[in-house]
Amino acid sequence: MDETFGNYSILGKAIPRVDAKAKVTGQAKYAADFEVANMLWGQIKRSPYAHARILNIDTSKAEKLPGVKAVTTGKDFGGFKWGWSGPTRDEEPLAVEKVRYLYEGVAGVAAVDEDTAQEACDLIEVEYEPLPGVFSPTEAMQKGAPLVHDDRPGNICVEYHWNFGDVDKAFAESYLVREDTFQTPRMAKGYLEPPAVVAYWPDPDRIVYIGAKGSPYFPYRILARCFNLPLSNVRIITPIIGSDFGGTKNDMTPADFSAVMLAKKAGRPVKIVTTQFDALTTDLRRHPMWITVKTGVTKDGILKATYLKAVADGGAYTRMSPLTMFLVGTCMTLPYELPNFKYDAYNYFTNNPSSAAMRGHGLYHSRFAADVQLDMIAEELGLDPVEIRLKNSIPNPKPGETYETVNAVHMATCGVQECIEKVAEAVNWKARKKKVEGDKAYGMGFAAATYNSGTKLSAHNACAAIVRVCEDGSVNYLTGATDVGQGSDTIMSAIVAEVLGIKLDDIDLKRVDSAFTPVDPGSYGSRVTVHAGEAAKKAAQDAKSQLLEVAAEQFGVKPEDVEIKDKKVFVKSNPEKNMAWERLVRIACYETPGKVIIGRGYSTQGISMYGLADFSKGAGDIGTNYSFTAQASEVEVDVETGVVKCTDKNVIAHDCGFPLNIQAVETQVQGGSYHQGISAAVYEEFKMDSGQTLNPNLVDYKRPRAYEAPMTEVIHVITNDPYGPFGAKEASEGSCCSAPPSIVSAIHDATGVWIKDLPTQPEKVFWALKKKRDKTQK
Amino acid sequence: MKGEMKELKLTVNGRPYELKVKPETLLVDLLRQELKLTGTKVGCLDSACGACTVNIDGKAVRSCSVLALQANGHEVTTIEGVADSDKLHPIQQAMIDHGAIECGFCTPGMVMSAKALLAENPNPTREAVKEAIQGNLCADEGYVKYIEAIEIAAREMRGGQ
Repeated sequence: MDETFGNYSILGKAIPRVDAKAKVTGQAKYAADFEVANMLWGQIKRSPYAHARILNIDTSKAEKLPGVKAVTTGKDFGGFKWGWSGPTRDEEPLAVEKVRYLYEGVAGVAAVDEDTAQEACDLIEVEYEPLPGVFSPTEAMQKGAPLVHDDRPGNICVEYHWNFGDVDKAFAESYLVREDTFQTPRMAKGYLEPPAVVAYWPDPDRIVYIGAKGSPYFPYRILARCFNLPLSNVRIITPIIGSDFGGTKNDMTPADFSAVMLAKKAGRPVKIVTTQFDALTTDLRRHPMWITVKTGVTKDGILKATYLKAVADGGAYTRMSPLTMFLVGTCMTLPYELPNFKYDAYNYFTNNPSSAAMRGHGLYHSRFAADVQLDMIAEELGLDPVEIRLKNSIPNPKPGETYETVNAVHMATCGVQECIEKVAEAVNWKARKKKVEGDKAYGMGFAAATYNSGTKLSAHNACAAIVRVCEDGSVNYLTGATDVGQGSDTIMSAIVAEVLGIKLDDIDLKRVDSAFTPVDPGSYGSRVTVHAGEAAKKAAQDAKSQLLEVAAEQFGVKPEDVEIKDKKVFVKSNPEKNMAWERLVRIACYETPGKVIIGRGYSTQGISMYGLADFSKGAGDIGTNYSFTAQASEVEVDVETGVVKCTDKNVIAHDCGFPLNIQAVETQVQGGSYHQGISAAVYEEFKMDSGQTLNPNLVDYKRPRAYEAPMTEVIHVITNDPYGPFGAKEASEGSCCSAPPSIVSAIHDATGVWIKDLPTQPEKVFWALKKKRDKTQK
Repeated sequence: MKGEMKELKLTVNGRPYELKVKPETLLVDLLRQELKLTGTKVGCLDSACGACTVNIDGKAVRSCSVLALQANGHEVTTIEGVADSDKLHPIQQAMIDHGAIECGFCTPGMVMSAKALLAENPNPTREAVKEAIQGNLCADEGYVKYIEAIEIAAREMRGGQ
C-alpha cells in the first residue's frame, strides 16, 4: 500500500477519492434522490408482446383519472427517430407503428404520485396485432423469417468482411490448424442504480434534464434534435452516477424522452425512476455471441494465421452494434503477433431487448475464444501455457519506436511480456500442482489480454476543460467528463493540482452541467483518463502560464525561470526568492486592472495520430494507446455437483502505462475482473423464452457476491506511454477480458474438460464431467 | 384498508418521530420520501441487493423488506446517522482511506452491514466479514477493498489490537 510511482507530488500514489466522503455518509445525490418543487411522478406503459403491430392507442380513460396531469404516446414526437449514428437512427422514443421487443414503451403518464401514474398506465388501451418473431440469430437468418425492421432484409444489422495478409496460404503452411466455436452469454450491465430522471421546462423553450447518464452529452444532442431546440437551451445536469458499464446510461430510454415530453405537456417537473425489473427486462445487454476461431501455428507454437467468425444477437434496434462488431475483430492482432488475419462478422436483429456496449466491449468475446484456444493448442503441442504466450506476445517497442499490426493498429508501448512474467512469478507457475481433495479438484489457468484506451470514433472526439482560478487561490475545475465510479473526478482534480503545484483540496470539481461545462463525447471506450486527462493537463498549464507571467514580473525574471510547488512560487535558480500561491493569485487578480485567470485545454494528442479506423475494412486505430493484462486464476471445482468457485489465488498484472491513482487502478482492475469477467465466466446469463426474460430479478439472475470473491492481487506494470497524460493508459476493461479465459483454462487444468460456452454454471460442468467419466469407463 | 393512516412512533438516528403512515408504506419509502433521508438507496425492492440496508436496534435489515409500521417502537439508524457529526465512524474512514469506494451506490448499505457485524463481533474472521456483506451487491469494486477496509476498521475499533 506504500508503493508509489514516479516523482510527483500527488500522482502515482494512493489518492483518496474526492467524492468518497459524500458517498460514505449518504450525502452523495444520485438521480433518484433529486426532488423539484411541484414535481409529478411518471410511469411508462409497456408492450405485452415482443413483436406486434400497434393498431390503436386509446388514452381517454387514463386522462380522466383524478391526479393524472399528462399522457404521452409516440405520436407526440412527430416521427422523430434516433440512434447511435446518423445512418442507424431506427428507434422511436415510444413505439408508434410496431413494438419490436417485450415491454417496449408505448406511452407515458405523469400524475401526482407513482401509484396514480401506474393506475393510469393500466387504463391505457392498446390494440395490437401480434406478429411472429425471431428470437436468435439462427432464427433471424432463415430465409423467409419475419422481419424485425421491414426495410432491413435478412434481419442483418451489421456485416463486416476483413482480410489481412494471406490466411489460406498460412493455414496450408501451418503444422497444426484448430477450429473451435465458443459462446458468450446474454448479460445484464449490472448497475445497482436503476436509471432515473427528473426533467422540467423553466421556460417554454428550455429543457432542464437531471438524469443518471454516464455520457450526458448524448441526451444534450438527442433532446435538442428531438424537441427542435438550440443546444444552448438544453441544460443537462449530472448527478452522482451509480455505475454505467456502457449502454443504457449512455443512451436514451423511453423514460428519458417521456419525462421531458410529459413535463412539457403538464407544465410541471416530472420524475421517473425505473425499477430493477425494468432495467433487467428492457435495458441494453451484452451481446450473446457465437465465435468460431480457426488458428494455424508452427510446430513450436508460433501463431501464423487466425480466421474469426462472429455471429451476434443484436436485439431489436441497431444501437451500438456496428462498434461492437468492429471491436470484436480489431484487437485479434493483439497482444500476440499475428501476421495473417481474416474476419467475418454478422449481427442480426431479433425480437429480444437490444444489445450494446458493455465493459470489455467487443474484445471480451474474441479474446475469450482465442485465449482458451491457445491453451488447447499448447496442450496439443505439449507446450506450457505461459511459454506459448511469451513466445507469441508483442515485444515492448523501444522508446521512439512504434509497433504496427497487420491491420494497422499502432502502439508505442506494450507491457504484455512483463505482465506474463510477473504473474507467472507471483503464482510460482512452474511449481504449481494440480490437486484433488475429496470431491474438490483444484486447477490454475493463465490468460493475457489487451484493451483499447482513449477510444476515438468518427466526428467529435476531443475532451475539454476549464480551470478557473479564484482570487483567494482556490480553483474551480469544469470538466465535460463524467465519473461513473471509475474515479475520473479524482484523477482530473489531481492532474490540475499537480500541474498548478497546489493541493488536491484546493480543487473544486464541477460535474457536468451543460450550461457551463465544455462539451464532451462521454464516458465509454476507456477514453476518459487519456482524453479528459490531457485536457485537464493543458487547461492547468494554460492557467499556470498566465500566473507565471505575473510572478516573473514580480521577481524580475523570465516566466520560464519560475516554478510552483507545494503552494510555493519560487525562482528556480534562487528558491529564496519566493511567495505563497495565494499571494501570487491575489496580486494577479487585484493589480489594476486585475486579471481573470481562466485556463482552457482540449485533447488532440491521441486523436490526430494515425487517423481514424475504417470500420468496413477493419484497418486502423480505435485506441490512442492499448493496455495489457495477464492473469492467473485458480478454481475449485466440485466434481460431484459441477460448482466452480475461485480461490484467493488470483493475480493480475496490468500495464496501464502509469498508474495515476494506485488505489483506483487496483479497484478498477479487481472489479473489472470479478464483476464483468469472472461473473461472465461462471455465473451470469439471462434465460430467455420467445423474447421473455425468465430471470428478471437479482435473486434468479445470479450476480457475484462477497463470499465468492477472490482476493485478487494487482501488480502494476509501468510502460509510460507517450500518448497518455503522464504516461497513462486505460485501467478499466483489460481485466474483464483476461478473467474468462483464465477461469475456463483453470477448470480444464482441474478436471480435464473444456467448457466452450459461458457461463460455466454447475449443470454444464456436471454434464461435461459425466461425459468424460463415461468415456473413460468405456 | 388502503389509505387508512396508522400511527407510528420510532427513533431515527437518535431523533424521536411520531408520524401517521399508510399501512402499506415500506420503511425505505418512509425514510427516503417522508424523512428525506435519501442516503439509503433503492436498488431492487426484491431484498436481493442490500443497497437499502439500515440498522434496526443495531441489526442489519433491508428497509425494502419491512413495513414502516414494523419499526414501531424501534431504533432505526441510517447512513446519515453513522458519523458523530463531523467525525466519521472508523468503518467510513477506513473505506475512504483504503480506496474501497467506486460508484458508491452500494456503500451506505455496505457500511450498515459492517456496522451491525462489528457491534456483535469486534474481531471477525475474513469469512465472517464476507458473510456479513454477502447480502450487499456491489457492481464495480470487486469487494476486495471493502473486505480489507472492514478488517482495518475492526482493528482500529479494538484499539489497534
